[in-house]
Amino acid sequence: MCLAVPGRVLDIEERDGTRMANVDFGGVVKEVCLEYLPDLQVGEYAIVHVGFALQRLDEESAKQTLELFATLGMLQEEFGDPWDLAAEAAGTLPPEGEGARR
Amino acid sequence: MKYIDEFQDPELARRLLDDIHSTVTRPWALMEVCGGQTHTIIRHGIDQLLPEKVELIHGPGCPVCVTPLEVIDKALEIASRPGVIFCSFGDMLRVPGTGRDLFQVRGAGGDVRVVYSPLDALRIAQRNPDREVVFFGIGFETTAPPNAMTVYQARRLGIRNFSLLVSHVRVPPAIEAIMRSPSCRVQGFLAAGHVCSVMGVEEYPELAERFRVPIVVTGFEPLDILEGVRRTVTQLERGEHTVDNAYPRAVRPEGNTAARAMLEDVFEVTDRAWRGIGVIPDSGWRLSAKYRDHDAEHRFSVDGIQTREPAECRSGEVLQGLLKPHECEAFGTLCTPRTPLGATMVSSEGACAAYYLYRRLDLTPAAREATPVV
Repeated sequence: MCLAVPGRVLDIEERDGTRMANVDFGGVVKEVCLEYLPDLQVGEYAIVHVGFALQRLDEESAKQTLELFATLGMLQEEFGDPWDLAAEAAGTLPPEGEGARR
Repeated sequence: MKYIDEFQDPELARRLLDDIHSTVTRPWALMEVCGGQTHTIIRHGIDQLLPEKVELIHGPGCPVCVTPLEVIDKALEIASRPGVIFCSFGDMLRVPGTGRDLFQVRGAGGDVRVVYSPLDALRIAQRNPDREVVFFGIGFETTAPPNAMTVYQARRLGIRNFSLLVSHVRVPPAIEAIMRSPSCRVQGFLAAGHVCSVMGVEEYPELAERFRVPIVVTGFEPLDILEGVRRTVTQLERGEHTVDNAYPRAVRPEGNTAARAMLEDVFEVTDRAWRGIGVIPDSGWRLSAKYRDHDAEHRFSVDGIQTREPAECRSGEVLQGLLKPHECEAFGTLCTPRTPLGATMVSSEGACAAYYLYRRLDLTPAAREATPVV
């Protein structure tokens, strides 16, 4: 949970009065809030934690970190299905039902 | 140095290690505060590459692990109620409360949902105006700003069916509590890099001065850890105790000022209990009076919960750096990721989980059987 992953801003738009972006994390794209880095621009990199850009990062550092995370399987840990991960750890099947696999 | 080839830049790693080996003349005990750093250290065998004189003590910096059992039980109670959609990050699913966890509550029909961001939980509240949506807001200074923003947005947009179950914690009072403990052996700190990305470094010089302890802001990649250790032992050998930023690519001295302003608006500092450690004064945040309508503890009556800690679990001592995970008798036998006694065995940042996943250990035959060799 405390993992913060570098990502690249793909596009920016205002939603519900909030500055939001689509951010690419080495192939996985997530919606990210830019309210804490309001001057972040398309093409720039930032450290993102639980859907919020928290600090700008230079491109080279960001790419190195992403490469390391991919090698170590940490991107899968961060963006994989949490119910499947929990079920695997518990040695059981993930619970069924609406919303369980969000 | 059997692991060094696995480093991203083995040549740089070797230079840093050589520098550390040639600098150290006396025994030093350093605490890495962040659980993410603990996992990097164990995964890459960094503690085994360092000189014997340098001991790394694992700190309490795993947000899941320090969340008190009482708060976990409150979450389970709220999540079990009809009409509630309980949202959480995935790593809370299998944290054991008294007798059950969120994964089991879901299996029993509770509407537990995992979100990537707290804003996802707010969106669920917007789409389900006839349901009560509760988000489990735990974590350190890195996670608190996203949760603060979410509550701010809920208020701004008039979303009344959204509330936060808050158990946020702050690092500097924990450092103070560790240094004040009579059993404290820590002589230097590797401070948690991403906490400082938000808060900056302004809270630390006073602590470094008062306890005469070097504090080096450190990232959580293998080379970051080596650089943090190098700078800390260099200070210790010289008799210095300053705050040093070894993670400048992600940490500005002032941190993120917009995030800090939001924290100040939405939260107020409060005493908070840390699991296994006890109450640390001023070590947490709760929602400020202005946002109390969005406080799940006010909205749901969850007082009077009876908690029961498993007697065999010694995670409290692990969290204080008094015990290494494998020194616990239950480790790898009674307590495994499949049958965890405490959060330190479940969390993606827990010290016990790190030892279980990455460390070859000299255990009893039964424990060795239960422990995967990575």
